Amino acid sequence: MSLFNVFNVSGSALNAETIRLNTTASNLANAESVSGDSSKVYRARHPVFQTMMNTADAGFDGQGAATGVRVLGVVESQAPPLMRYQPDNPLANKDGYVFSSNVNSIEEMTNMISANRSFATNIEAINTARDLLLKTISMGR
Amino acid sequence: MFENIFGIHEQALLLHGQRVSVLATNLANADTPNYKARDIDFSEVLARTGDAPLPLQITQAAHITFNDSEMPAGELKYRNPYQASLDGNTVEMPVEQAAFSENNVRYQASLMFINQKIAALQLAIAGQ
Repeated sequence: MSLFNVFNVSGSALNAETIRLNTTASNLANAESVSGDSSKVYRARHPVFQTMMNTADAGFDGQGAATGVRVLGVVESQAPPLMRYQPDNPLANKDGYVFSSNVNSIEEMTNMISANRSFATNIEAINTARDLLLKTISMGR
Repeated sequence: MFENIFGIHEQALLLHGQRVSVLATNLANADTPNYKARDIDFSEVLARTGDAPLPLQITQAAHITFNDSEMPAGELKYRNPYQASLDGNTVEMPVEQAAFSENNVRYQASLMFINQKIAALQLAIAGQ
């Protein structure tokens, strides 16, 4: 019964979106962190999603219709860190500069909203599949 | 008499059930780069379910014939996006959500037809 695939597929999407929300939270929490060394400053992290093509289970006619999503990895943003002149900061380098993280708060907020919407959509898909299955079970009663 | 009491709705229910899973896959991969949205051409697949491809061989009188047209099969097609996004993903959330809820309603409609058929048959059997 292919309706059961919905739980696997949407469940994997929920997991992926949760990781996305977690990286967003991490990025926002570290948005204001500074360092005296540009290589040691926090960099924005973003998950990379990938379709699970190898799990071509059941699906429609064995064409791998029901394929979930997984997080391939988390990449760090390569944008340059923000340089600020703060000579009285104890972390400042010998020229008086501190390096602030390259987290773009606006980008992170929109990312969070998008992840939130996707999460809700997948929850809705699971609920619908569950309702349909429950109605199918009680067929003929 | 009971060979095909549910008519097209038996196949339609199975096909709608498979389409739920296909559309849920699209929704799940809405943020996956390079994912191409897929869908079932419903009328085309349903039109083909009538003809059974290969019947089972019957060598004994006690063998039961098995109707192999139970499981609808066909090709999954790729959706043409109205406006493709830059990351190569062709899932358009509103389109998929609309298709998903439409499919949901059609599934329930098929289910209701089957339920009413069962109720009618039970009425005929009980005779009251």
